[in-house]
Amino acid sequence: MIARVIVTPKPVVNDPQGITVRQGLATLGFGEVTDVRVGKYIEVRLDAGSEREARERVDAMCRQLLANHVIEDYRFDIERDGAKSR
Amino acid sequence: MKFGVVVFPGTWSDRDCGWVVDQVLGAELRYLWHKEADLKGCDCIILPGGFAYGDYLRTGAIARFAPVMEKVAEFAERGGLVWGICNGFQILCEAGLLPGALIRNSSLEFRCEWTHLVVERADLPFTSACEEREVLRIPISHGEGSYFADPATLSRLEQNGQVVFRYSDVEGRVRPSANPNGSVHNIAGIVNSRGNVLGMMPHPERCAEPELGGIDGLKLFRSVMHHAERMLAV
Repeated sequence: MIARVIVTPKPVVNDPQGITVRQGLATLGFGEVTDVRVGKYIEVRLDAGSEREARERVDAMCRQLLANHVIEDYRFDIERDGAKSR
Repeated sequence: MKFGVVVFPGTWSDRDCGWVVDQVLGAELRYLWHKEADLKGCDCIILPGGFAYGDYLRTGAIARFAPVMEKVAEFAERGGLVWGICNGFQILCEAGLLPGALIRNSSLEFRCEWTHLVVERADLPFTSACEEREVLRIPISHGEGSYFADPATLSRLEQNGQVVFRYSDVEGRVRPSANPNGSVHNIAGIVNSRGNVLGMMPHPERCAEPELGGIDGLKLFRSVMHHAERMLAV
């Protein structure tokens, strides 16, 4: 199975990267952009007996390592045999 | 009095800290390799600056899993002195030994410059040689030194007096213009509720000899020495 994890800064955390990217987009003429937040994409391939098991394990991975709960939020999809589920 | 300086792959301030301990203070020094779960009877453990494990995933995120860190956590739990400097502070936060986190400087610039710090707690083993409200001149060197904690944690830190150093101007006034990285409340260093684990972003080991342009950092090292000597005399 493949877990596709997205880690983003919490809304309350200052994201100077996001601000800078937004400014860059504005300079390029994309003035309609109101906000940009820059995060992280992590792909985890794992063996699991079931999708539920995979979900529980990946959630634990996120809580213990992949995301720092003080400053980051996370979400992920589990994919199996090409069929995606949330 | 024995200082242990932890070395991870990517640590770069170990020799600087070791130099101050060994050559300036004349105290006993041990380097503690990350893979060895052995603190070698040290009285104060220093986690120095650098880029442990290349700052992979997040600064300090991987370092907390090193065998030596389990011993450091146990040592801290028993009341032992643990001193995290720069990357060391980041590691202590990731390891949960200190609250909050260090994030990218708000300017997105790596800041390598002198700062002024106002001392909020002069009653700690790390600051007893200082006066309260004294202003120290100590350099920073970091790209991810902006201290962050959620409002509840921040309120608790302030109420408990756990903020040890704040970025200030030369007069000790805590102002936004004196904040080099966007840290909440201009926080440059904090201590745990017990007062035995200190984390600070500035580098006291880089200003412990007059040739380096300042000796305010030496006060913190001397504080730890005096604390240990008092403990041993009891």
